[in-house]
Amino acid sequence: MQIPIASKFDRVCQILERHQRNPHKLIPILQEIQAEYHYLPEEIMTFVSTALGISTSAIYGVATFYSHFTLSPKGKNIIKVCDGTACHVKKSESLIQAIEKELGLSNKKRTSEDLLFTLETVACLGACGLAPAVVLNDKVYGFMTPEKTLELIRDIKAKEVQS
Amino acid sequence: MQHTSLEERKQHYHDCMSQYKAKIVICGGTGCIANGALEILHRFEEVVEAKGLKITVALKKEEADYILSESGCQGFCQMGPLVTLYPQGIFYVHVKTSDVEEIVEKTLLQGELIPRLLIHDDESGEPLADTAHIPFYAKQERTTLKLCGMIDAQDIDEYIAHDGYAMARKAVLLMTDEQVCQEMTASGLRGRGGGGFPTGRKWDLTRVQVNETKYVICNGDEGDPGAFMDRCVMEGNPHSVIEGMIIAARAIGGTCGYIYVRTEYPLAVERLKLAVKAAKEAGFLGENIFGSKMNFDIIIMEGAGAFVCGEETALMASIEGRRGMPMPKPPFPAVKGLFGKPTVINNVETLATVPVAMLMGVEKYAAKGTAKSSGTKTFALTGHVAHTGLIEVPFGTTLREIIVNIGGGVINDDGTNGGSNFKAVQIGGPSGGCLTQEHLDMPLDYDNLLNVGAMIGSGGLVVMNQQTCMIQIAKFFMQFTQNESCGKCVVCREGTRQMLGLLEDIAEGNATKESLELLEELAHVVKVGSLCGLGKTAPNPVLSTLKYFRDEYHAHVFDKHCPTGRCQALRTYSIVPELCKSCSLCAKKCPVHAISGAKGVPYVINQEVCIRCGVCMETCKFHAIVK
Repeated sequence: MQIPIASKFDRVCQILERHQRNPHKLIPILQEIQAEYHYLPEEIMTFVSTALGISTSAIYGVATFYSHFTLSPKGKNIIKVCDGTACHVKKSESLIQAIEKELGLSNKKRTSEDLLFTLETVACLGACGLAPAVVLNDKVYGFMTPEKTLELIRDIKAKEVQS
Repeated sequence: MQHTSLEERKQHYHDCMSQYKAKIVICGGTGCIANGALEILHRFEEVVEAKGLKITVALKKEEADYILSESGCQGFCQMGPLVTLYPQGIFYVHVKTSDVEEIVEKTLLQGELIPRLLIHDDESGEPLADTAHIPFYAKQERTTLKLCGMIDAQDIDEYIAHDGYAMARKAVLLMTDEQVCQEMTASGLRGRGGGGFPTGRKWDLTRVQVNETKYVICNGDEGDPGAFMDRCVMEGNPHSVIEGMIIAARAIGGTCGYIYVRTEYPLAVERLKLAVKAAKEAGFLGENIFGSKMNFDIIIMEGAGAFVCGEETALMASIEGRRGMPMPKPPFPAVKGLFGKPTVINNVETLATVPVAMLMGVEKYAAKGTAKSSGTKTFALTGHVAHTGLIEVPFGTTLREIIVNIGGGVINDDGTNGGSNFKAVQIGGPSGGCLTQEHLDMPLDYDNLLNVGAMIGSGGLVVMNQQTCMIQIAKFFMQFTQNESCGKCVVCREGTRQMLGLLEDIAEGNATKESLELLEELAHVVKVGSLCGLGKTAPNPVLSTLKYFRDEYHAHVFDKHCPTGRCQALRTYSIVPELCKSCSLCAKKCPVHAISGAKGVPYVINQEVCIRCGVCMETCKFHAIVK
């Protein structure tokens, strides 16, 4: 669904106002924009650049520096596989491989064709006691196996088909 | 509210609590919530009310028979969800929603224990009723973590009832800035974030700077993979962090505070925000705190996913809205920090320890631990160990005590007791190193660890069994630092990339003697030549594995063999003739037709053709294929 341009910028304006258009608040501003649009659209970043008086290159620099920011749309469901030390020694790699195979993803391609899933690997979720851990849409699942992970994905797929 | 004294609030809390017959504490750490702790909490409400009794939640404290409270992480994540019943302190583990009815009926109403839900002694098999008798807890000395896992993180009154904010008030109203710094120096507290710089001295250096604006930053960007103690403190006892910051602000003349939290810790962010709001309402933060002339406020900032932001100058750049890149030091933050103003920056655990040490009496705190590393330290115990979780022990405790007594010993890959299967411990994350069998009895403190090429880091302790390939571990950490290197200085940016390439060569069997020499040389260059702590410590995992597991490197490089079979390219699969039933299934599945044989004759794998994919091993129903 296409969002009308005017209302699209309305929300950025609200976010900018909340931070008093303070250039030092660039990171919280970008975080809120991403929460709103699920990624950082180019035209919005240009707009922010003008509003804050920071060059577009500086904003692009910040947006690409932090791994939390993304410049392309993400899938509807976000799967985060923890690849911290504890999860790694408990074979988190096998989970990543299983998901990549199931969704047809690769090192470069992290979002599935149907835009249903995005796979992210994170350095450590701090849930080491539950290693290996997977976070699906902000819910943490501990002691995962490839089978259990695929079950989660298939459940969501099935629900999508129904609706 | 602002004019009620701490004593009155404390008394009010105790009066209020005395009306309840029992208090049910459910662990609400990330681990237990993932295992369904919140559902259990709601189920308790339902079941108790269905019995015609009244139950209230800790935040409301209404008139009722029982009170339900959600605590922060209790550390024993593996056994979760955890339910504790006070006043007896009965400790139930692996509780399911279906157990709630039985707990209410038997334990709550009749005082009977349910052996099935208790922890059992490893040796005698006897059920253990309370935490005082469970080895995992009994062998620890929970000081900074004491309240974490006991009190409700969302309830400021419960923190006050345990003498919370008394030390902040004392520092603000009764002590001079100099006295606070002296007190900290006397406690012997050293930075818990890794470097181990004396906290009292750091504060004093900032204190002597003359400036109207000074900042206190709490570094909650706990990025080390395998470490989660700061998360637990922020989630479980956020008020202790705030109190530590108020005391730090008093010591240096701070006017504004920042808590920088990783975005990967949403629960910590939420609880800190709640805690700051409650402290403001109580008059502990804001203008004229505790009725004094001092103004101090705290802003919470979420990180955006960059490991290097754990480095102090990078963290400050990030707060200022720039790329999180480190700056050369000097000038140190004490002189020119955030927005160019004098700044003190402490780790979460350090700040949370400040009020605890003061409350205990700084001399008493200093007497704990070893001469040069006083006090206690939290560790995140994970990996191949029976009991994983968050622990706290005095400095000077040995690895053996931690792994065997608290962790319950090493386990095999399949989770069974590993006995003497211990291989190494990785301590201090990507900046730390590996310790082996010979270090098991070495007392752990800042200096001993530095001497053997590791460091305490933020305190991640990952135990590894014999099936772990050390080249893979070194490669894993190098991959991590290479990925997280900010790219500002060439030595770190290119050095880590080349080192990773060399480690990949080793793991894939493409390395020669020269690669090994080059790897070692590069490691030393990156160590001395990098700008910040990330680069300076990045070669540690490689150097320490080279030091203690050189034979394993040699096996990979010269014999093209991975002793643990973890490096796929160096694996060899073979069929055990005695076990082979000649079913031909493996031969059919082999994608390159490397397996041949005939009925009645054991099958064999042609090693020249084999691509080591492992399909045959997965297919064999008789476990006849080994690697």
